[in-house]
Parts: sequence; C-alpha cells; structure tokens
Amino acid sequence: MLLGGCDALRLGVVNHAGPVAAEQWHLYLIVAAVLVFVAGPVLILVPLVAWHYRLSNKGDAYRPDWGFSWPLEILVWIPPIGIVIGLGFLLWTSTHRLDPYRRLTSAQPAIEVQAVALDWKWLFIYPDQRIATINQLAVPVGRPVNLSLTSGTVMQSLLIPQLAGQIYAMPGMRTQLNLAASQPGVFRGENTQFNGEGFQQEKFDVIAMNPADYQRWLTRIRAARPLDDRALTSIKARSIPTGPQFFSTVRPGLFRQIMVASTREGAR
Amino acid sequence: MSAPLLPAVFGRFGWHDLPFVRAWENPTINELIGAGAGGMVVAGAVFVAVLLTVTGRWRWLWSEWLTSLDHKKIGIMYVVIAFVMLARALVEANLMRLQQAVAIDAPGIVAPDHFAELFSTHGSIMIFFMAMPFLTGIINYLVPLQIGARDVAFPLLNAIGLWLTGSGAALMMISLVIGKFSTGGWSGYPPYTEIGFNPGVGPDYWIWAVTLGSIASTLTGINIAVTIYKMRCPGMQLMRMQMFCWTSLCTAILMVFAMPPLTVATLLLALDRYLGFHFFTNALGGNMMNYANLFWMFGHPEVYIVILPAFGVYSEVVSTFSGKALYGYVSLVIATMAIAVLSFTVWLHHFFTMGQSPSINAAFGIATMTIGVPTGVKIYNWIWTMFRGEVRFSTPLLYSLAFMMTFVLGGLTGIILAFPPLDYVVHNTLFLVAHFHNMLIPGTLYGMIAAYTFWFPKAFGFRLNETWGRIACGCWVVGFYLAFMPLYVLGAAGMPRRTQAVMETVYRPWLYAAEVGAVILFCGLGALFVQLWVSIRHRNANRVFAGDPWDGRGLEWSTSAPPPEYNFAHLPHVEQRYAFYDDKRKYAPYARPPHYDDIEMPKNSAVAPIIGIASAAAGFALVWYMWWLAILGTLVIVATVIARSFVRDTEKVISADEVRRTEDRWLTAVEQARPIPREIESTSANQGLAEART
Repeated sequence: MLLGGCDALRLGVVNHAGPVAAEQWHLYLIVAAVLVFVAGPVLILVPLVAWHYRLSNKGDAYRPDWGFSWPLEILVWIPPIGIVIGLGFLLWTSTHRLDPYRRLTSAQPAIEVQAVALDWKWLFIYPDQRIATINQLAVPVGRPVNLSLTSGTVMQSLLIPQLAGQIYAMPGMRTQLNLAASQPGVFRGENTQFNGEGFQQEKFDVIAMNPADYQRWLTRIRAARPLDDRALTSIKARSIPTGPQFFSTVRPGLFRQIMVASTREGAR
Repeated sequence: MSAPLLPAVFGRFGWHDLPFVRAWENPTINELIGAGAGGMVVAGAVFVAVLLTVTGRWRWLWSEWLTSLDHKKIGIMYVVIAFVMLARALVEANLMRLQQAVAIDAPGIVAPDHFAELFSTHGSIMIFFMAMPFLTGIINYLVPLQIGARDVAFPLLNAIGLWLTGSGAALMMISLVIGKFSTGGWSGYPPYTEIGFNPGVGPDYWIWAVTLGSIASTLTGINIAVTIYKMRCPGMQLMRMQMFCWTSLCTAILMVFAMPPLTVATLLLALDRYLGFHFFTNALGGNMMNYANLFWMFGHPEVYIVILPAFGVYSEVVSTFSGKALYGYVSLVIATMAIAVLSFTVWLHHFFTMGQSPSINAAFGIATMTIGVPTGVKIYNWIWTMFRGEVRFSTPLLYSLAFMMTFVLGGLTGIILAFPPLDYVVHNTLFLVAHFHNMLIPGTLYGMIAAYTFWFPKAFGFRLNETWGRIACGCWVVGFYLAFMPLYVLGAAGMPRRTQAVMETVYRPWLYAAEVGAVILFCGLGALFVQLWVSIRHRNANRVFAGDPWDGRGLEWSTSAPPPEYNFAHLPHVEQRYAFYDDKRKYAPYARPPHYDDIEMPKNSAVAPIIGIASAAAGFALVWYMWWLAILGTLVIVATVIARSFVRDTEKVISADEVRRTEDRWLTAVEQARPIPREIESTSANQGLAEART
C-alpha cells in the first residue's frame, strides 16, 4: 500500500522531466521550507498552552483580566509581515520567470505546436510540418515547445504535470504555454477543467523523443491520411477517441479558423 | 428527455424526467441510486407531513414558527435548514468518494453525468444552503441578544430572507425528484452551462436556486448591518461589542457588497439561456471571462463571509472556556476589518491560469498572501487568550483547538496556491479541493458546530450531551484528516478534480484512505444526531433555565434559557466590554427591577411564507418553462409586497403583567439555583447559574 502510494507522486511535478516543472518543484521546496516556520509555532503552542493552562493545573497564576501586551503584539504582527514581504519578492520574480507565455531560452529553435481543445480530445497541430494528431504530443528532447491553445468547444485546461503547469484553452482566444522535456519518456497530459461526460477520459500522451526518433515520427505522420473536411467534422463531434489519431496535409491557418469560427453567429 | 406532456401546462416536463420512471425502464445501479435519492426526498416530506398531522401540529407550526418574526425562531429555522442540507450534501460526498474508490480503471456505480450532478449539488448546497443558512441562523439568534436589542432592525425582511433561502433549498431538493440538476459545478462556468452546450433543465435549477439564495443573503446582510449600527443598547459602543458581533458586522458588509455580483452573474446567464443574449456565449461577442470575474468577485469575499462568523465563535468559545478576557481585542477588530477589506482584492487568484500578464497574477498573488497576516494574528490572539487562563476541554473548545491546528495547514497550502507558478501545477486538481476543504471544514463547519454546542443551552434551555459531542468532534477531526490529506497527494500527482473515473491504479491507496475518511465524517454527523436525541431524552436532568451555564461574558447569557420573546425586560445599560461578566462580579445582575413596562413586538406575518412559496413556484416554473406559473408566482410576490405596505397594525403588545410573570418565574429559579463552579459545569448540577469567581 505504502509503496503504491509513493508511486502516485511519480505522475506529478515531483518527478519533473523538464526545466519548467523542475523550477516549479524547486520553488515549491523553498516556499514549503519557509512555511514550516510559519506553521510550526502554532502547531506547538496550541496544544502546549491549552494543556498547560488547563483548569486542573493550579500551579500557574490565573490572570482573568490580562488581555494585552505590546511585546506580544509586535511579535504577532511584525514577523508575519516580514515573511510576507520576503515571500512577496520571491512571488514577483518567480511569477515573471515562470510566466507560461515566456519563451524558454535555448540554443535550439522552438517547435510551434497548436492545441485545440475539443469534446473530449485534444487536437495538436504542427503548422510548420503541416501534420496534426489527436491525443498525442510528440516533442524532441531538449527543444523548447511553444504551445498555442484555443478551444473549439467550452473552456478547458491543459496540464502536463511532469513538464509544465496548466493554462486555459478558451474559445475565440489564444493562450500560450512554453515547455520542454529534458529526458525521453512518456508523460501524461490531461484536461483539468470539467467539460461533460467524457471529461475523465480526456488524457493524452506526451512523448519526448530523441531528435532522430522525432524525425522518424514526423516522417511517419506525414504519410498518414489527410485532415480534410470530412475528417475535421468527425473529430469536432463529441466523442472519446480510443487511441491517438494522425493526420497529414493540414491546411494552413486551421488553428485560426477554428478560433474564429467558434465566435461566429451560429456557433454556440 | 422524453416528449413533453401538455406543454401549455407542464412546460417541457415529460415522464422521463422522473428518476423513478427511468429506473423502472433501465434498472442500472446508477438509475436506482437516482431513484432512491428522489424516493428519500418524497418519503421524508411525507413522513414530516404525517407526523405533523398525527400530532396535530400544523397550526402550531404555522403560528409559532413559520409566520414568526422572532429573530430567535428565524435563527433556529435557518440552522434546521442547514442541518437537513448538510445531511444531503454529506451523503453525496460519500457517494462521490465511494465512486472514485471503486472506479479505478473500472466504471464504478454512478455514470459520468450523474457524478457531475453530485459534485455540482454538493458544492452548491454546502456553500449556499448549508454554510450560509448555518451562519445566518447563528448570527440571527445571537446578535440582537449580544447588543442588547429586542429584535433585528427589519424583522419582516429577516423572515423573507429565511423563506427565500428555504425556497432555494427546496428547488435543490425538488431537482432530485423532477428532472436533473446542473452538471456545471457549483461555480457554473459558461459556456459549458450555456444553452448551446447544456439545453436541459439542470443549469436552470442551479441558476434559480442560487439566485434565490443570493438575494436572501443580500437582504440578510443589510439587516444585520443596520441592526448592529442602529439597535445597540445604551452604552454599547462599537468597541464594547463582543467579537462575534464584530465578525458578524464584517460578514454583513461583505454580504451587501459581494452577493449582488453573484445575482448579476446568474441573471445574465439566465438572459443568455432564456432570451438568447450573448453575455457569456462563445458566439457574437460573448466572453466567459466576464463571468469568471463577476463570479469570483462574489466568490472570494464569500470565503470570508463563511469564515468570519466562525472566527467570532472561536473568540467567544476560547475566551469563555479559558475564563479569561479575549487577548488583543483591538488587534482582533483591526484584523477582522483588514480581512474584510482585503477579501475584495484577491478574486483573480481563482483563475491565475486564464492567461493574464505575470504582473497582474503576481499582484493578486501578493494580495492573497497579505490576508495571511491578519489571519495569523487571530490564531495567536486565541493562543494568548488561553495563556494564564483556566482552560476547560469542553466540546466547543475541542473544536476550537482542532480548528487552530488544522486551519493553519490549510493556510500553508493557501500560500502555496497564492504563488501563480505553483498554482499552474495544482489548479483544478484535488490539491485545490483539499485546500478549500481544509479551510472550510475547520474554518466554517467546526465553528458552526462549536456555536451550536455552545449556545444550544441558551436557545433550548438544556445542555447537549458531552460524551456524544466529543465523539462527534473526534469523527469530524479524524475523518477530515483521512479524507482530505490524501487529496493533497493525489492533487500533487496531477489528479484532476470532478473526475468520475480514475485510470491510474497507483492512486488506489490514497482513494481508499479518503473513502474511509468520508465514512468517518458521515459518522460525525450521525453522532451529532444521536447527541441531539440523547440530549432531548435527558433534557430534564440538564436544564439550565437560569441561563448562564458556562460563566459567559456577553449580554446573551444575562437572560433566561431560552430567552423570553422580548429578550430583555429592560434594555440593558452597559459601561464596558463584556458587561455581564463584570456585572456578575461587581453588581447584582439578577436583582428584581422595581417596575415593568409594556413591550411592543412585531406581530406574526404570513407575508414571508407567501413570498417564499411564490418564489419557489416561480423558480420551478422558469426551470420547466411553465410560463403561466412563473407569471402567477411573480404577480403573487408583487401583490403581497404592495398589500403589506397598507398594513398598519404590525405590532403586538406584551403587557407589563405578563412580562412580570415571566421575569418572576426566571428570577425565582435563579435565586433557587446553586452557583456552579467551573469544575463541574458539565454535570447535572449545572442549573445555569455560574459561580462568579474573581
């Protein structure tokens, strides 16, 4: 049981596999360490004071009217304010550093991927390669990925816990998420924003590959069936795909078309 | 949805909207659970009706309770609603935990849309129809007593608030029997809840139940604030009020400013759904981000609406059961006000992941952390209150201690969530679910149960059973840790909230632990009901008619238990904070006054029940498109309000003689009672007269 319990965390940010998630985990450790000093005194003092000054302990002075002390007042206001100021600096800098819109610095050029949230699946478009997949996001290890997101349906949220945090995908709008994988592997991605009865199955694999494998993967997908109007209509319909699907010859500007179409008259 | 039946009369209702019909035709476990829940609502209603008929208590119920404008009775009715709704929402919580525990790589027992209804009703009920009525009831009962008033400022408005809350709660219950509830969660985010994606009745049930609840809370907020500003007895300066009055005042102010954005948000959504507007739709310029802002402009202050009254309760409980003045009164008042103001500056932290600039996120993140300071101050103030006191580990104090130690953990995870980069990782996961339960269960529920236990003898004249109280407390505490600590781990492992099935088998041990915790929490509620039953049976041995069982500090303890309808025969004059505590030690609070006067009190009124029933009918009709009934219900409400404005005879007089008789009976009992030392206050020797030791 216990061992199984620790296994669960391997799916999360603890077991980070990319620079963004690694920094997030590092930040978490710093904040948690500071917070130990915030909670510690309360956790110790509450039972200690309550028990020591119990009714049956007559050893200590009873001061029913005592209700104020400047030193204590300073002690309860000033240190917490100091801690919040300190954490505030950390928060400000880390929020800017880990802004999901900020492109990762890397010697290699970023890969552009466009993610479209559908019911109940994700469509990933690689505009430069003119390919697309359903529920599989392949990325080469070490290269930054610039993900643009929108939704062809209701609002959703894309989270890949081991690589980066989440960002909403909203109809008619484009949001961005920058991430990278630092080691090969298969990581779980998911929608975390409830969107109907297929929600619990809306998961996808993020496959981080060596550059050579990635090239082979691209070659393979380029040979897949084209994403024509019929295929597009079928993937836009509400459904839970049984496995990943692959498409080639994606028309240019598809992402933008879907984004604009969802706000037109006649859309929901 | 099946073919509608007589659309002109029943709107879009069809036979398949009844869970019983669905279960008959398709007897899966999922449908049977739905039919069973609906059956329980019907059976419960029939049982109550039969009980009232057999005991011949319909008239009593109508004239003593339903039409009463007595703030104490209204307060008690609020708490009754809260307990009924707590029971339902807790059963739903157990069902959800059970589902997740059995649906690991398996379908489980409830279908996805049914599961979605469960988490939507659980959240909506716990916030709008459990926490809100509970705290409103406690405030209603206590504030007039504590400020030395005979009633609230607007007694009829008070009753209307109760009835609107009741009609919202009734809509929630009806949705179990007729039709289906929303699947959009307690926050009802569009565009998912828009008609294009969810054409059914569910979101409409949610809209009208929440709208009624939010209007009721706005009215209540106005009433409480005005009561505290205008109705204080002579000498009761603001800085002499009890801490509970201060937290109630802040809550009332928050209600006045925070509830209207919710009403607006739900009504705009209704315009979208009913009249084809485009506030939050995808198409034609609608934008759901506006909804998110409106909703959380309510939603964050709401957190403090439900937590501040509990802070007041803890202040009273800790100070009373430590036999000591509250430490740092002024600093607690400042901290409470600071929390109230800051609570309006942080709403954006509910959607850090919506793609706004890092500077905006960081500003709201820092504001969020800032709230931690006054909250931390409060915890230390309660610790210093116990310092050099005489602490008695009574049930309410045990809740307070459990609260302080548990709440601080929730505060820690709150700071973690206040960091946008960390929020990106755990937002929408069970980590978030664990966090807000970690705030609301100790912060609100423990506080409300502590208040219920602490002031029950005041309201009903006898003490609650201490043993069962401790068992219940133990269950609520142990159950909480078992049910919610695993969710932190699961959230950190990336498990999203609101998921009907789980594909990852590694989650199993944590989900099992959480399931056990949920069962223990349910036992906590069971223990509370057993406690009530046992206490009623043994009530004669535990009477505290004299009214002051715990050596209380505030004016509410200076009356008999239960207090007379008029609260105070003579309005008290106070000269300092915690006047009654000092009176007992220096003067003679139980001296017989030389004379009594006639007292004017508000007469019973059927206006509130009529408005309540009409608004429930109108809400129900709007859900089902029964336009005739919606129009009729609205007309009844308008006509009732107009008719009421012509009624001049709204007061009744309690004669001086009757007041004398009532007071004499109480003062005689006080004279005969034996002053009780703190050591034996939880035994039958306690008749409600505390030994005034210095």
